[in-house]
Amino acid sequence: MTDTAWIDLALVSARPQAVGALLRYFRNLDTAEEAFQEACIRALKTWPKSGPPRDPAAWLIFVGRNSGIDKVRRQSRETALPPEEILSDLEDQESGLADRLDGSHYRDDILRLLFVCSNPALPATQQIALALRIVSGLSVKQIARAFLVSEAAMEQRITRAKSRVAAAGLAFETPDAADRADRLAAVATMVYLVFNEGYSAMNGPESVSADLCGEAIRLGRLLLQLFPAEPEIMGLTALMMIQHSRARARFDADGAVILLEDQDRGLWNRPLIDEALALIDRAMRHRQPGAYQIQAAIAALHARAERPEETDWAQIDLLYQALERLQPSPVITLNRAVAVSKRQGPEAALALIAPLAEKLSGYFYFHGLSGHLLKQLGKAREARVAFDHAIALATNAAECAYIRMQLDKLDEDVGTESGRAEKR
Amino acid sequence: MLYAVFCYNNENVTNTWSKEEDERVMRDMAAVERKYAEAGKLGPIARLMPTSSATTLRHSHAETIITDGPFAETKEQLLGFFVIDCVSLDEALEFARDLGTANPSSGSYEVRPLTIYKPSELAS
Repeated sequence: MTDTAWIDLALVSARPQAVGALLRYFRNLDTAEEAFQEACIRALKTWPKSGPPRDPAAWLIFVGRNSGIDKVRRQSRETALPPEEILSDLEDQESGLADRLDGSHYRDDILRLLFVCSNPALPATQQIALALRIVSGLSVKQIARAFLVSEAAMEQRITRAKSRVAAAGLAFETPDAADRADRLAAVATMVYLVFNEGYSAMNGPESVSADLCGEAIRLGRLLLQLFPAEPEIMGLTALMMIQHSRARARFDADGAVILLEDQDRGLWNRPLIDEALALIDRAMRHRQPGAYQIQAAIAALHARAERPEETDWAQIDLLYQALERLQPSPVITLNRAVAVSKRQGPEAALALIAPLAEKLSGYFYFHGLSGHLLKQLGKAREARVAFDHAIALATNAAECAYIRMQLDKLDEDVGTESGRAEKR
Repeated sequence: MLYAVFCYNNENVTNTWSKEEDERVMRDMAAVERKYAEAGKLGPIARLMPTSSATTLRHSHAETIITDGPFAETKEQLLGFFVIDCVSLDEALEFARDLGTANPSSGSYEVRPLTIYKPSELAS
């Protein structure tokens, strides 16, 4: 690794705090971003000679702030009005600089920055793109690649998101406890969106989408440092860690999905699982169950089973029931049906999901699971109908390939059965 | 004299390491460890999970308080430690210097002599 690579790492890790503080000074996302860019350019010039500063974030905030003020001053000479009040605003902030740099504000700075990107008025795709651009500092090109869209389209998406954010206005006062909790919940949702975007688009452990999962976990760890006593943040981070721990086992050489029970568990990332289990242990101590914690606990039961047969399906069933009470949703019932099928057989599971048929008629996994259960019951014709529905609803190549494999297996089974019949 | 060598670094930076970077640093550290192990000077080594996995128990008078996270918020976190048998502080510092060379990110190593040492075999 070259010297500049280490500087890049320092810049990346200081970014959320620095951009968050600059956003507080300038109250404008673009100005804050440009000021940070300017500070990074200076860092790349001076750090190789002088060595990295003791506190890179404070250095970047200080330098970025000065260059931003210069710029606002220059613009104020070029434009007529109303820079007067903008500038006096900046002077006010300067006076409190010393105590602000000691880090007492940094928690709310980072939360605000993340919250800006989690605005519920933004569609999910815009939230994710904005967070990856502003908080994580990925280039438009990198984000476009992860989303499989053109750079121009991604640029436009981010610009739209920014103008929506600007129109919505930002709250700069220090949030009270209730506001902070609301913001944190919105931010958690956004972080999980980033993760899921990466998780669902992934077709191999080295794909660009895997980077999104890694980035979401990094944001989760950042939130944990800022809010060390929030059990739902522990749950969210643990959930993402366990799901991502299977990245190497989830796909075969052709990029087709391998189901949990067929995965080579030796390929799971054990250190990541251990860290997640430690987080779940800590979260449980708070006795404030939440949706992320329950999902993490379910994921943990899978992670703890060394072989699929050792999975504690009874406990998983109970946890899904708890999740249903907390967040009633047909999708959760559908997930519970898998646990029910393992404990009580496919018939009981089919009975559980039958009432969901209408609500989930457009949902890939509903038809996939129905087909699977029907196949187990030996109802090949009905299974085929369900798999045909599923394949029509598949949203990516991996899903298609998986269902096609199921259909092929049905054909084989029918073939061997009829073969047997002929022999008789 | 037995010394503990505590490794401090900004975990935001070490968490940003890619898997390859992490493996490379661990490999380079292992080379240093081998050198001291072959001389019979190396004791137990531990790498800690991130501070986000820490819980702190504080005990005062009759009261015990359990809180999330490490005891103090600092810019650099304790990430792991080594126990090493050295004839002098200079030799212990030499070991820390070797570690620093193997790990190219900036950080610090605190070298402290031990007064009690109870190595015990953990049932694995």
